[in-house]
Amino acid sequence: MSLSKDQVQHIAMLARLKLNEDEYAESVEKLSRIVDFVDQLSQADTAGVIPMAHPLDTAQRLRPDVVNETNERDTYQQNAAAVSDGLYLVPKVIE
Amino acid sequence: MKAGWETVIGLEIHSQLATRSKIFSGAATAYGAEPNTQACLVDLGYPGVLPVLNEEVVHMATMFGLAVDATVAPRSVFARKNYFYPDLPKGYQISQFELPIVEHGELYISDAEGKQKRIGITRAHLEEDAGKSIHEGLEQNSGIDLNRAGTPLLEIVSEPDLSSAQEAVAYMRKIHTIVRYLGISDGNMQEGSFRCDANVSVRPVGQEALGTRTEIKNLNSFRFVEKAINFEIERQIEHLEDGGKVVQETRLYDSDKDETRPMRSKEEANDYRYFPDPDLLPVEISAEYIESVRQQLPELPVAKQRRFVDDYGLKPDDADLLTSSRALADFFEAAASATDAKTQLVANWVIGDLSGALNRDGLDIADSKVSASELAGLLTRIHDNTISGKIAKQVFEAMWDGEGTADAVIEAKGLKQITDSSAIEAVVDEVIAANPGQVAEYKAGKDKLIGFFVGQVMQATKGQANPGQVNQILKAKLGS
Amino acid sequence: MSAAKLEMHAQSMSELAACLDRGDFTSVELTRTLLDRIAKLDEKLNAFITVTAEPALAAAARADKARAAGDGGMLNGLPVVHKDIFCTRGVKTTCGSKMLNNFISPYDATVVEKMADAGAVVLGKSNMDEFAMGSSNETSFFGPVRNPWDLARSPGGSSGGSAAAVAARLSPAATGTDTGGSIRQPAAMTGTVGIKPTYGRISRYGMIAFASSLDQAGIISRTAEDAARLLGVMAGFDERDSTSIDRPVPDYLGGLNESIKGLRVGVVRQHFDAGLDQACGDRVKEAIAVLESLGATTVEVDLPNLDLSVPTYYVVAPAECSSNLSRFDGVRFGHRAENAKDLLDLYCRSRGEGFGDEVKRRIMTGTYVLSAGYYDAYYLKAQQVRHLIADDFKQAFAAVDVIVGPTAPSPAFKLGDKMDDPITMYLNDIYTIGANLAGLPAMSIPCGFVDGLPVGLHMVAAHFGEEALLRCSHQYQQATDWHTACPEDFK
Ligand SMILES: [Mg+2]
Ligand SMILES: [Zn+2]
Repeated sequence: MSLSKDQVQHIAMLARLKLNEDEYAESVEKLSRIVDFVDQLSQADTAGVIPMAHPLDTAQRLRPDVVNETNERDTYQQNAAAVSDGLYLVPKVIE
Repeated sequence: MKAGWETVIGLEIHSQLATRSKIFSGAATAYGAEPNTQACLVDLGYPGVLPVLNEEVVHMATMFGLAVDATVAPRSVFARKNYFYPDLPKGYQISQFELPIVEHGELYISDAEGKQKRIGITRAHLEEDAGKSIHEGLEQNSGIDLNRAGTPLLEIVSEPDLSSAQEAVAYMRKIHTIVRYLGISDGNMQEGSFRCDANVSVRPVGQEALGTRTEIKNLNSFRFVEKAINFEIERQIEHLEDGGKVVQETRLYDSDKDETRPMRSKEEANDYRYFPDPDLLPVEISAEYIESVRQQLPELPVAKQRRFVDDYGLKPDDADLLTSSRALADFFEAAASATDAKTQLVANWVIGDLSGALNRDGLDIADSKVSASELAGLLTRIHDNTISGKIAKQVFEAMWDGEGTADAVIEAKGLKQITDSSAIEAVVDEVIAANPGQVAEYKAGKDKLIGFFVGQVMQATKGQANPGQVNQILKAKLGS
Repeated sequence: MSAAKLEMHAQSMSELAACLDRGDFTSVELTRTLLDRIAKLDEKLNAFITVTAEPALAAAARADKARAAGDGGMLNGLPVVHKDIFCTRGVKTTCGSKMLNNFISPYDATVVEKMADAGAVVLGKSNMDEFAMGSSNETSFFGPVRNPWDLARSPGGSSGGSAAAVAARLSPAATGTDTGGSIRQPAAMTGTVGIKPTYGRISRYGMIAFASSLDQAGIISRTAEDAARLLGVMAGFDERDSTSIDRPVPDYLGGLNESIKGLRVGVVRQHFDAGLDQACGDRVKEAIAVLESLGATTVEVDLPNLDLSVPTYYVVAPAECSSNLSRFDGVRFGHRAENAKDLLDLYCRSRGEGFGDEVKRRIMTGTYVLSAGYYDAYYLKAQQVRHLIADDFKQAFAAVDVIVGPTAPSPAFKLGDKMDDPITMYLNDIYTIGANLAGLPAMSIPCGFVDGLPVGLHMVAAHFGEEALLRCSHQYQQATDWHTACPEDFK
């Protein structure tokens, strides 16, 4: 099955990836090949098979409700490109 | 609402759970801290860090499930809801999708005719809250504060069983009462700890199929819920009557303008690509655990209301009012147990004068200026005829103003009731002597004048004479 | 003494530990020697993204002091290299990506912490495929790594930097991560030992996630004995990782010398079909014969859904990666596009510029298989097939203790050879991916050469069967000397 450019554009938008024209062309071609390849799965007989989300069959372990983190804002914000008064900055969001 | 239409409403209530630490990290959940000082590496979605589930949220969700007669799932699964937004640091929200922790619950509200109406609770699931965007004072930017990111939420989803804004509010109040009874949420709506999204649609009466719905996001007061839904119902009906179509969309309620409008940021159709979170394993809850939580569950409003009617002989409506909050019910029970006065009298005072004074001063029951035992002291003095009910109101106001206990106020102001019949007889004699005309009329058969004589006696005793005795003595002396 | 000094770099970790204990040389001397080698030789290989000379020498000095005081852990004063996917406090942690080119981790991964606590000396951070997505080390933002056995060839990937560094004797051992073969395949291609333990055996905390249900940390070393020593330090429960398993860590070193007499070895029928290079197949068969000579018994086993493991993987791994990599949005860390005109532009350009082609391709594949209308056909289906594959292994392990076969279909390929076709690149992992899908421990050890290039013998065990893998490998290495071979230019 071949993906259309529209489909690839929609996927790129969902994934928030800006691609240039060449990248689009290459993506349409390579993603189509990958999709063709994984389409093999459709031949497997999986009637009644429980989907496996996890390699080990165990349950979630729980953590006690204890506060054990302290304020490390200054350290953590050293990796941020734009901060002001302790806030991370992004271009204005309009609701 | 316009005749010929009916409304279908479902609510998604987000109730913040009152844990100390976050749902998946050890950062504090306290409200009002400086921006990003309570956002640890997990809350910030730093590369390499992993979520670990807080046991208290499982406990709290279990309590809620039991409180609304729901099924607590033996196995529930966390999923990722993928979308990009600046207040969502990982680019996905950890929530529950296919297998929520609570399913198939219910509760009852009073409908417009006062009849009990069942409202189904589809599910309640655990999820993490997002951060906050700040738009003011940053020119062309928005600022992101992630302190709230990772705060535990219980999202409670109702069936579309609600038929009016009033019912929606009644239902939301019930849930609010339950979560506060259980102590699993502070229910503080100003701080956003309790908020809801309302799904609203209308259809012509008799039509089977549901109309197209809109979702009004983030309503954080009971008043706004009512107003927003009513606005939305009118808007949809008007639009349909004009031959238009309702567009399925997310809307925001503007309380300044009292209207709803489409949300810009949600315009793009979302595809959340839910899938099981591979960092978290299925949550397993044993039957023994559920049973132990059930044993420790506090008495809930419905049971308490029934008990107040059965054990205290209260009127059902009064019992309803008294059990609307756990603190109020506790106050009533403390007062009732500390006096021999009739429980209905205690109820009347808690609902009447006490609640009135609290409202007037904008106080919470916890901050009442008259304690339950102090109120009981006052009611005991009514019960043993030391004061009349009328004088008691005066005493109560003095107590509220900090003038001491009931006994101290009665003593200081000399408000003790006169029950000495010879003293009352003397006053009665004076009143009869002073009003010969009225006496003649009374004797001629104008029975209603008895009230006039009682009033005169009470006035002369500054209200302190025992009204029953006054009546009795008057009737004897007037010889009827 | 002086002979030992000259040969420092050629020694295994266990030998180095003995030398340090005897006082043949100090950890500072050893560290300096290896740092010098890296300075001199790594320009040929590009195995390192960051060399941490100063902190390494400081750690070595501390280790020497501890040793003098009679203290020190299992790795005291012993040099290692960390794959640049492990967060290291105060040090650049790039994950091979432009996205994290300026990222200084504020914390240590659990693996890093445990090894430091045991006294390890970290020489630097090794090059890798970008976000561990690749099988040739060519997707790194920092350029490809070259194979010490032939500089025109790939060392494999994604832990190619770690493998090349160990093969070239720049470090006795290195950490790696393995999501579909990323430790074992480069180990095979560089003639080193690579082990990926059971999923959950080593904490994933601080290991930058690619596909969370498949990722597992592990080791590249020159001997099985060293792998056992390192695994004993790295393994164990971590309360910061919900998927880490609370189970005692066995004495891996202690079990190595037991004989493998009676060990039931399964040989997979499907492993020796047309996809496998003939000469590679011969080396693997010779290795199996060695195991038999050591007392193992061989049985043929079936993995009927083996063919589906690669397509299954290329649905599951991209799906998880598309979500895991959403956090890289230019806001809190990582590359941020300049002069974004609005939020959408900030997101799309930061990510478009920060990620390389293969990473973008996998994010898009993952986004697609999870999207409305495709979830059931791809993601859910793949999870079902994953279950079938896991069941195949379960069935096989009812009859055998370990499954053996080739690690990769061919020896190291030329750089650039497979970059044009993602599918042929993906198929390189056909023998290794199954262990990740099922969460099983697996290992690759050198078992000979084809045209001067190393070939790997692959072994898989049942969950928590690391001891069997290590013992089998160690016994094999006692009987053979493929693991002592050294590429000519790096002797
Ligand atoms: Mg919702
Ligand atoms: Zn929600």
